Amino acid sequence: MAVEKFPVEASHIMMFARSVGDDNQIYYDEEYAQSTEPGAVIAPPTFVQASAQFEPGYSLRPQVGGDNWFGSGGKPTGVKPKETESSGGGGGGGGLHAEQRYIYHRHPKVGDVLHTVNKPGKTWEKEGKRSGKLVFSESITEYYDQNDELVVTAIGTGVRTERPVDQS
Amino acid sequence: MALKADELKVGDTYTERLVEDLKRTTIVQYAGASGDYNPVHTDELFTKEVAGYPTVFAHGMLTMGMTGRMLTNYVGDGRLTEYGVRFTSQVFPGDSLDSTATVTAIRDGLVDLEVSTVNQKGVEVAKGSATARLD
Repeated sequence: MAVEKFPVEASHIMMFARSVGDDNQIYYDEEYAQSTEPGAVIAPPTFVQASAQFEPGYSLRPQVGGDNWFGSGGKPTGVKPKETESSGGGGGGGGLHAEQRYIYHRHPKVGDVLHTVNKPGKTWEKEGKRSGKLVFSESITEYYDQNDELVVTAIGTGVRTERPVDQS
Repeated sequence: MALKADELKVGDTYTERLVEDLKRTTIVQYAGASGDYNPVHTDELFTKEVAGYPTVFAHGMLTMGMTGRMLTNYVGDGRLTEYGVRFTSQVFPGDSLDSTATVTAIRDGLVDLEVSTVNQKGVEVAKGSATARLD
């Protein structure tokens, strides 16, 4: 689903940089960032993935007021009987992230307001040794800025496995 | 600090330790920052009993994000023009990861890198490539 408004904010970049263990001050300190080549607080390379925060109804986020989150509550899954599994996967043979690629036309910086355009990609199947039949599907997300200029192209590939990946 | 074309050659490598003894809380931290709350990353009960895995596992994108840190430390801020990986094995709490960039080509002010992140058993968990601008 397209994201109409993804404001690139300093505190979000700070939290994201922390979460990937990156203490480069370009992500934290505006004054320092001004002294660097980019000249501003920029986004770490995989930051645009966090546009999920701005996707209405994103299936991998419990919804405000929603009572059917598929993670555990009192029981191992919060999905009520008869309901189908959330599209995000995570069930018996759920969806996994297989591949991700970014093309940077420039790096997003604090103050940008991005929006996305989604384009369908290829789908294909493969027989996997550790998880049965694999169905791959690609999705292309283009991130445009407030001037409608292309900033980042993201190509993601998801895979749905027939059964959980064998760990032996 | 950016890389200089005349100081690089094909085969040069750069390695960083990404994480030692990956904590479940680090995975929770990534879930919160990225917005991906799939319970297979943070909810032990669901992951064992419903999803069928031995324990929670890291987002592929956490591995890619940490690997990206290695890359930007090597090539400099804002220098990447392309970066992609394939997730080749899952990453679990307790894993320690090391990541290496290897120069595969130097061309027209750009460097092409092969990227590989391995766990403490030497199993590759992410494999890909990147391209960055050079001075």
